[in-house]
Amino acid sequence: MGGAREQRMKLIIAIIKPFKLDDVREALAGAGVEGLTISEVKGYGRQKGQTEIYRGAEYQVVFVPKLKLEAAVEDSAVSKAVAAIRGAANTGKIGDGKIFVVNVEDAVRIRTGETGAAAL
Amino acid sequence: MKCLGLKRLAGVLLAAMIVGGPLLAAPALAQVASSAPASAAPASAAPSSDASSAPAASSAPAAAPAAAAPAPVKLDSGDTAWMMTSSALVLMMTIPGLALFYGGMVRKKNVLSTLAQSFVITCLVTVLWMIVGYSLAFTTNPDAGIQKWIGAWSGPASRVLMSGSIGGVNSLAATIPESVFMCFQMTFAIITPALICGSFAERMKFSGMILFMCLWLLCVYCPIAHWVWGGGFLGSAGVLDFAGGTVVHINAGVAGLVTALVLGKRKGLGHDNMAPHNLVLTMIGASLLWVGWFGFNAGSAVASNALAGSAFMNTQVATATAALAWMVVEWIERKKPTLLGLCSGAVAGLVAITPASGFVDPIGSLIIGVAAGVGCYAGAVWVKKIFKYDDALDAFGVHAVGGLIGALLTGLLASEAVNPLSKGHSLLTQANGVVWTIGWTALGTFIILMICKFTTGIRVSEDAEVEGLDMALHGEAVHD
Repeated sequence: MGGAREQRMKLIIAIIKPFKLDDVREALAGAGVEGLTISEVKGYGRQKGQTEIYRGAEYQVVFVPKLKLEAAVEDSAVSKAVAAIRGAANTGKIGDGKIFVVNVEDAVRIRTGETGAAAL
Repeated sequence: MKCLGLKRLAGVLLAAMIVGGPLLAAPALAQVASSAPASAAPASAAPSSDASSAPAASSAPAAAPAAAAPAPVKLDSGDTAWMMTSSALVLMMTIPGLALFYGGMVRKKNVLSTLAQSFVITCLVTVLWMIVGYSLAFTTNPDAGIQKWIGAWSGPASRVLMSGSIGGVNSLAATIPESVFMCFQMTFAIITPALICGSFAERMKFSGMILFMCLWLLCVYCPIAHWVWGGGFLGSAGVLDFAGGTVVHINAGVAGLVTALVLGKRKGLGHDNMAPHNLVLTMIGASLLWVGWFGFNAGSAVASNALAGSAFMNTQVATATAALAWMVVEWIERKKPTLLGLCSGAVAGLVAITPASGFVDPIGSLIIGVAAGVGCYAGAVWVKKIFKYDDALDAFGVHAVGGLIGALLTGLLASEAVNPLSKGHSLLTQANGVVWTIGWTALGTFIILMICKFTTGIRVSEDAEVEGLDMALHGEAVHD
């Protein structure tokens, strides 16, 4: 439970623009991160939504489609992974997204039962 | 709960009366033949004012002599083949054409219920038409006074349950079997009520809608169809309506507006996101409507001939022109042309050319196309904004306005070179037909809605509306 210092892990959660997925995946692979989970989400931050028009009726669509990436990495690999994501997902325009880093209590590989960093 | 049960019972009894009534009452209401001797032939007795009441045949249809020996039935295989094809095309316009056109425009939680409306209407109208609808609309009542208003419901001239129709023809379409003519007209009777669904989308009870449609078909559609096409007073007065500008589009559009006003606005209108959930479906629907409409217009020649060809070409030209016209207006007003605008403009053109298709020349259809594209944009967008009624899918804005534009322009643009029946065309005569249609459908629709409101109920509960009709009324959902 909890594990030794060298087994501490982090979950990197990144919200990015959907079309940036391939660039980010390649950059993460280059940074040594081999596993990834993605989900299609919607959200807004400073980027406002868009106005859609249907036969004269205007609809303000507040939530913009984004991709959420989640990758569990060892502590030592975190800064390299975050830098890789940021480098690949950045376009310089509002709406590029955010990266969050949270602690991971434990990890388990379902097939073998390995725990801790060995499960990553 | 007790009150609910009573309402339901009343609704069921009413529905049973509608179906059973004509059958039980037929002997009691049997029409005594007046001065015109009943023809012994299976062909229904030809109305004497044939030339102007028939749905615009290319030449005056051969009138079966009332007192002489029964006219021999002479079928034309080309006409028959084309009319069966047309019937299939027009059926396709409703299922899945209109179903998808509307389905794509509603929110995902209501798409299945929208599709179900078109589908069940197809089934209801088919059965009612066979039982009594066709007879009311397209037979000749032996009493000349009654014939002005409605057809026969008993006696040899009637076609209740289609009895007496085997091997015969309807004098309005003497070269095709009566079975085919009946089916062709049935498909018009199907799509007209289905169009109304556009106005009450996303908030009408399924049960209430079923009762509404049964009553509406028999009490509103059948009379108007008879007045214009079945030998009634509007056709006799010279109102020109080739394929249904008044009978179908103004009729359905105005009925739609009445239902939109009686039912009230959708919850959250102007605040919630009610954007179309899938315009791909709408475009597919619009395209099926366009292709199917060749059966609607060109088929209304009830023959495979030059007039049908004329109507075919006019349909294509007006539709494309209207789509472009709508696109231009929208591009100027909104800075971006939309797919929904293109589809809507095309449908507007199809609607407007409907009454005119067998009467105008190609230049006339260009004019009608432009007028429809601009006029229906105004009807669906500007007028709705001003008066703020919730005609959800613009049945009034496109069909009533488009039908009105087409019906009136027919009075101005009808050409005797294209169709000799154009003779005597006038704006005033057309306006007369329009006014009668609007008056009867508005009144009839309102009364029928009130009947439904106090028996089955018409609007879903607020919870159901928020949850979505697919789940609330049908227990179904679209899963991604």
